[in-house]
Amino acid sequence: MNTTPKPIHGNGTAETHPLTWRLKHHDFVHDVAVYEDLEGYAGMKKALGMTPAEVQALIKDATVKGRGGAGFPAGIKWSLMAPNDGGPRYLICNADEMEPGTFKDRLLMEKLPHQLIEGMIIAGYTLEATQGYIFIRGEYIEAAKYLNEALEQVRAKGYLGQNILGTNWNFEIHVHTGAGRYICGEETALINSLEGRRANPRTKPPFPQVAGAWGRPTIVNNVETFNNLPAILLRGAEWYKNLSAHKSPDPGTKIYGVSGKVKFPGLWELPFGTTAREVIEEHAGGMQDGLTLKAWLPGGASTDFLTPDHLDLPMDGDTIMKAGSRLGTCLIMVVDETQDMVALVRNLEEFFARESCGWCTPCRDGLPWGVKILRALEQKQGKPEDIGHLTELTKNLWIGKTFCAHAPGAMEPLQSALKYFRHEFEAGINPQFAQASKIQQA
Amino acid sequence: MMILTDRKPRVDVDAILTPQEIHDIDHYIHHYPDPRAASLDALKIVQKRNGWVNDTQVSAIAQMLGIPVSDVEGVATFYNRIYRQPVGRHVILLCDSIACFLMGAETLAQAFSRELGIGFGETTPDGRFTLLPICCLGNCDKGPTLMIDEDTHGLVSVDSVKGLLEQYA
Ligand SMILES: Cc1cc2nc3c(=O)[nH]c(=O)nc-3n(C[C@H](O)[C@H](O)[C@H](O)COP(=O)(O)O)c2cc1C
Ligand code: SF4
Ligand code: FES
Repeated sequence: MNTTPKPIHGNGTAETHPLTWRLKHHDFVHDVAVYEDLEGYAGMKKALGMTPAEVQALIKDATVKGRGGAGFPAGIKWSLMAPNDGGPRYLICNADEMEPGTFKDRLLMEKLPHQLIEGMIIAGYTLEATQGYIFIRGEYIEAAKYLNEALEQVRAKGYLGQNILGTNWNFEIHVHTGAGRYICGEETALINSLEGRRANPRTKPPFPQVAGAWGRPTIVNNVETFNNLPAILLRGAEWYKNLSAHKSPDPGTKIYGVSGKVKFPGLWELPFGTTAREVIEEHAGGMQDGLTLKAWLPGGASTDFLTPDHLDLPMDGDTIMKAGSRLGTCLIMVVDETQDMVALVRNLEEFFARESCGWCTPCRDGLPWGVKILRALEQKQGKPEDIGHLTELTKNLWIGKTFCAHAPGAMEPLQSALKYFRHEFEAGINPQFAQASKIQQA
Repeated sequence: MMILTDRKPRVDVDAILTPQEIHDIDHYIHHYPDPRAASLDALKIVQKRNGWVNDTQVSAIAQMLGIPVSDVEGVATFYNRIYRQPVGRHVILLCDSIACFLMGAETLAQAFSRELGIGFGETTPDGRFTLLPICCLGNCDKGPTLMIDEDTHGLVSVDSVKGLLEQYA
């Protein structure tokens, strides 16, 4: 077992750790000159020497999957953007990172702001975008500062503005800071928020690719997704597809992370498809002394719990889906044997209840009801019918019953906890109530 | 009887906002194709002065952006970090999400409550601190995490609460 935490880049190079290798040379890269000494903006320059259609074909060929939680292929999303009619076209970076247990975009933006900007310029050129926005949560004060400074530097270099690098393409990027609401991460809610409205999600269709920000074609991608692009331009689609070392059908590397009671919580760039066991035991140093693993969330609060039996599965989209969960953001949260699952799920559901945008009734009213039941069970004051009510809730707040994916996301940890740890919920039923309901029935 | 109309608010923006605030809001308006998009930026700029946003400031922002007061109010009340009532000189945001919860955030919250003599959503009588819960701060590998004003503090222990508070006069 390890005694010292491993750095995020492992022993990596530009070939093996395209997202983080620069951090082996510097603690952070804020200066454009330093970034350019380390291959920075070379991918962008290459892209601008190609046609947008060529870059688009390359990204599609590389089959880059979105890193925001849903894993939708970026190339396909891009190809659904409405054709250029000469009007405004928007590119938005989703940097709202508020999924509980997720802390990867923060690191990428604080340490490597230019890598995100380079990725956005490549995407902007490919999509013939006219304006880019980085939608960053308000609490990421340092990240916003470094991004703004980096943007100033590249404006001075002519990588943003009019006729970028001698092309006839004009593009600008602004940082937009939010003011704290989880739902702003949902891409249509994010667009409403950017427009200066309450962040309620929008009906789809029309999809943002056709009618997004200010009714114009818009692409929204996650911070880490953009970070993947520069190296693909430089090294090609084949290289990218081989990066996951045949560990998974998902190509490239991924920022994995662990929080909870392990020896060294943190982040690591690893081939897509690395097992949770490797991440937890080798990189995070295993559980803290005296603790054993009871359950884990593979990628944030809105994913289903998995158990120690699932530790050897490769962490890629399909495998984790088959195991009954979702890869989500790939930031593992470990739960140790001493933790009461009812209390844990109560905490998760309090989060979802508080962050409901209030637009649709099942979510607005159903989530607080769930919290109330969970609180009663936690205090051993549950009623015999409570578990049945929670199970009903997981069905009534499921996909298709609510306006957006917030409520179904809230049901994932609940339904899986009921599946694997039902006895803990049952232990929360007050025997007196059980007796009373028997008498009533008699 | 009160008659409600959708007439534009007639408030004197120059009397309510400082020239600097007007200048800063104007700067953000130019970032977007529609001035409405600057409403959150404007609320944040104005909030810097007293730590919260009052009714006349909301009206002045609406006037500047050319949108109804109710729309600005709708935005102001939607987001967690725009305050429509007075807050203390320092705002403590305690992360109560799952990773910090696992690392003892509830015990830490009790320690803050005890030390300050207030609960979540309250301000100390001397106007020094307001205590609020907040969602995951993206610092989960260093839980429990909290923010005081613009500073993020990770790995906060119950024992360090007193010393931490002393840093904020
Ligand atoms: C409730 C909710 C919250 C979300 N929060 C985020 C977020 O904080 N960051 C993010 O990148 N995506 C988030 N998403 C996913 C986005 O809607 C969208 O799928 C993503 O930004 C697309 O980027 P990608 O294709 O590059 O992954 C959220 C989705 C939902 C339903
Ligand atoms: S599911 Fe919840 S968050 Fe989504 S629209 Fe309905 S109320 Fe809002
Ligand atoms: S859960 Fe507290 S910082 Fe992420």
